[in-house]
Amino acid sequence: MSNRNKKISILMHTVLAILSVLWLIPVFWLVLSSFRKEKGAYTSTLWPKAFTFDNYVKLFTDTRLFNFPKWFCNTLFVAVCSCIITTILTLMVAYVYSRLRFKSRKALMNISLVLGMFPGFMSMIAIYHFMKSIGLDQTLLALILVYSGGAALNYYIAKGFFDTIPISLDEAARLDGASRHVIFWKIILPNSKPIVVNTAINAFIAPWVDFIFVSVIMKDNYDKYTVAKGLFTMVDKANIFEYYTSFCAAAVLVSIPIVLLFIKLQKYYVSGVTAGASKG
Amino acid sequence: MIFLTFIYIIVEALLATFFFKFGFKYLSHFHTLGENAQGKQWNEALQIYERTTGDNSMLILLFSVFAIAACILFIWILVLLIRNIKQILKLEKEGKHIPTFKEILLELLDSKFHITLLAAPMTTLVLFTVLPIVFMILIAFTNFDANHQPPGELFTWTGLTNVIDIFLGNSTKTHTFFGILGWTFVWAILATFTNYIFGMLLAMMINHKLVKCKKLWRTLFMISVAIPQFVSLLLISRALEPAGAINLALMKIGLINAPLPFLTNPTLARVCVVVINMWIGIPYTMMTFTGVLLNIPEDLYESAQIDGATAFQRFTNITLPYMIFVTAPATITTFVTNINNFNVIYLLTGGGPFGLDYYQAGKTDLLVTWLYKLTVDKHDYALASTIGIFIFMIASTLSIAVYNRTGSVKKEDMFQ
Repeated sequence: MSNRNKKISILMHTVLAILSVLWLIPVFWLVLSSFRKEKGAYTSTLWPKAFTFDNYVKLFTDTRLFNFPKWFCNTLFVAVCSCIITTILTLMVAYVYSRLRFKSRKALMNISLVLGMFPGFMSMIAIYHFMKSIGLDQTLLALILVYSGGAALNYYIAKGFFDTIPISLDEAARLDGASRHVIFWKIILPNSKPIVVNTAINAFIAPWVDFIFVSVIMKDNYDKYTVAKGLFTMVDKANIFEYYTSFCAAAVLVSIPIVLLFIKLQKYYVSGVTAGASKG
Repeated sequence: MIFLTFIYIIVEALLATFFFKFGFKYLSHFHTLGENAQGKQWNEALQIYERTTGDNSMLILLFSVFAIAACILFIWILVLLIRNIKQILKLEKEGKHIPTFKEILLELLDSKFHITLLAAPMTTLVLFTVLPIVFMILIAFTNFDANHQPPGELFTWTGLTNVIDIFLGNSTKTHTFFGILGWTFVWAILATFTNYIFGMLLAMMINHKLVKCKKLWRTLFMISVAIPQFVSLLLISRALEPAGAINLALMKIGLINAPLPFLTNPTLARVCVVVINMWIGIPYTMMTFTGVLLNIPEDLYESAQIDGATAFQRFTNITLPYMIFVTAPATITTFVTNINNFNVIYLLTGGGPFGLDYYQAGKTDLLVTWLYKLTVDKHDYALASTIGIFIFMIASTLSIAVYNRTGSVKKEDMFQ
């Protein structure tokens, strides 16, 4: 390695180190606050005076006002269900637009695209009253329906991916007498692992981070909250002093599965993102 | 096919029942949205005021939309039904084989497979997206606001009043609208391009041949993505407050004497949201560009090397054009997403700092957060819907134009 290259290398590693520290400080701050003994959102010292596990313990023992274990189970249930439904629906729609040719295809694609541009929460009062009229308000089923109802709109990344699978595979199968139904299940899906995983991750994460639809559908029924809305309630003006450190602890607990999921499935995630990027 | 005819007839009957039993009583009030407000009546026998149930404008509007949808469905199936019967008669006359129900089902798995696959997604789409949107569009032409909340008070059609109020009036609403519109565009441009440029630089730095442990660096930056946005944004927003950690740290080091007004000074607050948005967005763009960089065909570089191109020339003539070309559609999508970037603004500043010159909005509010506040906090649905339609028009025009122009749509069969 020449002298100049060495200098460049050191410089780049330093810059990267500084940047990654900048990116990790809030994460570190979150973990630190979750072990802090002192209550409240603001402290006079940066480093906590004393550490404790109580914030974590309290989440599972003190469930009178905020029932974190219940929220966690609610979210897990909603996330698993809507993940399965959304993935299936999205892939079906993407396959149709990518492989099948029919009269209204182009129009449907454009309409779907445009509908996705509407700010989601504009329709929420309508959805709330619709749910209420069919007796589904304040139920987890309503949340699942809301999260997976728009699945037909998020087809384009998966469609971009399907477009890259050679059509000669389909043709060979058709010559062997396979119907389109068989082609979808036996040829397209097995070849699309990255995009299946990518769609599933996105659908799985959505219920963990959405707090808007939950507040509309569940109103003040604390027991039916998901973690995102629950955590949000923990830091509103009335509760922030008492619950701020518990909020941090809960946030850490919610983040751990997502971090693990990300690291484990990073490979698929990247290929999913680039399939979308390179194909629009 | 005869069996299919029966199915059609049963569906028609069900739709008709729904319409007359349920939809019609709402649809009949559609033109006024209800005449009798909820009132109080003196009950002589019990010596109390009793509530009389009046009309509910919102339910009338909502279920009228459903009733109209049922009508359209009814007509559509009627057309299918007639077409079906005609075909049966024609086939019979020609003495040809009439497809059995089983054959029709098999057809749905092959040549008409798109109908099978699209049936479920389209039904949920219509119920949970299309009809609610139609409802909200209609709301824009009413006076549904905090003073007209059913069932206590009724609201009614007011035509284009809201549109005129926002776009042509001299009121604070017009001032607020154009102020926020300007900032929304400035924000979307800044947010998109800061992320684009710095995300690209970061990806190139990590991919540089002299950098070791590429995977480790990528993972370090991706960890922040895994924390739910509302958590990290709420934390940062607390840290930026006068008593928060950042001011505390700066004062401890001795850089400043008094807390900086990060979130209360309009300019500083705007700078803050853009900078924090970089923290949120750069890991994503970094990952996208990493994928793109790895996909640049190697032979392009080899032939450039043979032609004696310098590293800088290789970058400006190969890497940069390739990346810009490939990510163009994604960039436009990001731009549209940023116009509607609710989380960053709402969780960080809540739209503030607030001034008296804006109607229910602050200096960092985007159209979409203003809309949210109008709906959720102020129940000013009519105004919110009008703004929503406007946002929708900008976003959809942009995206339709771009999607139909990009190579990926024109040459969608390229790889096939």
